[in-house]
Amino acid sequence: MSFSVTAPSPAARWIAGLLVALYAIVTLLPLAWIIATGFKSPADAIAYPPKVLFEPSLEGYVNLFTTRTRIAEADFAALPPPGTWYEEIVRDQGMVIAGPSRYGERFLNSVIIGFGSTALCMVLGTAAAYAFSRFRVPLKDDLMFFILSTRMMPPIAVAIPIFLMFRQIGLNDTHLGMILLYTAVNLSLSVWLLKGFIDEIPVEYEEAALIDGYTRFQAFRKVVLPQAATGIASTAIFCLIFAWNEYAFAVLLTSGTAQTAPPFIPTIIGTGGKDWPAVAAGATIFLVPVMVFTILLRKHLLRGITFGAVRK
Amino acid sequence: MAQIRIENLRKDFGSFTAVRSSSFTVEDGEFFMLLGPSGCGKTTTLRMMAGLELPTSGSIHIGGEEVGMKPASQRDIAFVFQMFALYPHMNVGRNIAYPLISQGMPRAEARKKVAEVARILGIEGLLDRPVGGLSGGDRQRVALGRAIVRRPKAFLMDEPLGALDAEFREHMAEELRALHDRMGATTVYVTHDQLEAMQMGDKIVVMNHGVVEQFGVPQQIYDWPATRFVAAFIGSPPMNFLDFEGAVHEGQDRVELGTAAIAVPRLLEGARGALTLGVRPEHVRLDDAAPFRGEVIATEYLGTTQIVTLDTAFGRVRARRPSAEPVRPGARTGLDFDARTLSVFNATTGRALVSDANREVLAHG
Repeated sequence: MSFSVTAPSPAARWIAGLLVALYAIVTLLPLAWIIATGFKSPADAIAYPPKVLFEPSLEGYVNLFTTRTRIAEADFAALPPPGTWYEEIVRDQGMVIAGPSRYGERFLNSVIIGFGSTALCMVLGTAAAYAFSRFRVPLKDDLMFFILSTRMMPPIAVAIPIFLMFRQIGLNDTHLGMILLYTAVNLSLSVWLLKGFIDEIPVEYEEAALIDGYTRFQAFRKVVLPQAATGIASTAIFCLIFAWNEYAFAVLLTSGTAQTAPPFIPTIIGTGGKDWPAVAAGATIFLVPVMVFTILLRKHLLRGITFGAVRK
Repeated sequence: MAQIRIENLRKDFGSFTAVRSSSFTVEDGEFFMLLGPSGCGKTTTLRMMAGLELPTSGSIHIGGEEVGMKPASQRDIAFVFQMFALYPHMNVGRNIAYPLISQGMPRAEARKKVAEVARILGIEGLLDRPVGGLSGGDRQRVALGRAIVRRPKAFLMDEPLGALDAEFREHMAEELRALHDRMGATTVYVTHDQLEAMQMGDKIVVMNHGVVEQFGVPQQIYDWPATRFVAAFIGSPPMNFLDFEGAVHEGQDRVELGTAAIAVPRLLEGARGALTLGVRPEHVRLDDAAPFRGEVIATEYLGTTQIVTLDTAFGRVRARRPSAEPVRPGARTGLDFDARTLSVFNATTGRALVSDANREVLAHG
């Protein structure tokens, strides 16, 4: 294959820029709409024609984190004036705060399960990839193919057997169960991606460390790991995004203690009428951790995605 | 510093034998060359000395201690890789200090040693630089620095100049040899470049197909090759081979090439069948009166000498002659060989027949 390396013409640059901008608008518009909806009043949220300009309100966020109740009018009138700004927002709706909602817990569950499974996946994946990359493993190719084959069907196809298994061994609705499940689903991708990255690290670095007096494990930790950081970071992002966004298994396998945010957010609609601002607020907050994680690791991610594209 | 002794070393990779039954000794303080074409087992041999591969059988002694099955970290040797293998996430100073830190040396002391090594190699100004931006020669110096800083028992080098461009190679080879002479360190150096081996080595082992073909000082190997392979691999242009059928017996001091009788050193063993007469290009004289005839087909001008290629009834012969000697392509002439320098090979086994001249060299090879 041959590639031309002439600089693109100004017209080509313009077209390319335009296409990128267009794509950015198409992908960012729904996101912007969700974020905006989170700050609308319920009436503005369902107004027709849709409102682009509106008076911002924190009602959605307050409703997301609280449960509210109506009380008898006489009692309502007899209440002392609201002590906090969020109490005031609830009072304006003619209701009083009954307690905190479960969103906080569900969000925390998402964090524990998402980051927990990602971390476990990185530990196991890096170890397996290193072994496959460096040692003479019997039936290496067959094993690698077997690992890949676990990802050849959509994971949800085995939802029923997993549900039955989990129920049998008591993993239903537990953090551990969800961490194990997401780790298992992500592991094949991790092993394959990481093996590619580790294959690219010349084995001489470790050999030099072995001769310099380090054990195999020290050489792995001090020489291989720092150089595999790019690969580990980009693989971790892929794993986290999957575990964070996963919906189907979460609906099926969690209901109480270990429920993550994705199955919880839609249930808001059932409890307080069609409270779209609260749903949008929940979705907005839910976006933040993955965004922060991705931004923190973006340098690695970019290098990771283009890895191996350029012959050195 | 230490002597390295290799005994009956063998390495199999599955059904492939990389090294079979190698034995040789590297004396204390020697600059020792492992020479051979690619795939001959020289790098595998070196890696077994380092502990990066474990031998299938045989033993390796470093400084009198059997280390064949010990891990690399316990052998107290240094290894210089062809691609240098500098740790890319550390700067020059930390790269050189790395082997010291692994031994638990206090940082202040390590820094002093690194500074000392940097002075020897002339890279004091580079210690804070990242290794990424260094030139090939400086990388090589840093790799050497990492090797010498620990004062190991021996240096093992795997084609350390292979990654440098030709011009710089020469310079680095001199530097390397000078460094060795100053430190007196036992050095084992792998190369496929016979010129490099002849230039730098105190002693050379020539390997082929996993077997040690010959082992000795450069001049012995050049003058008295033990096998046809060594004769062809060393020297540029290589030794000329004249194949003939016949028989020689013990005590004979000439061979018959057709009608021409050619004087050779007195043979101490006999052979019959396919034989080969070996003669170095610089030992061929062009003499119209000589009975062994050939036709000049080409000349190559090389400054002070020229290479004259001739066709004879027994194969092509290249002669190194002074440039002043008038030679004309197409001319028929006689070829005269310097009798004291010839070797006779058994063409079937490839082995040189023992004669008065090569007896001593072959006795320990």
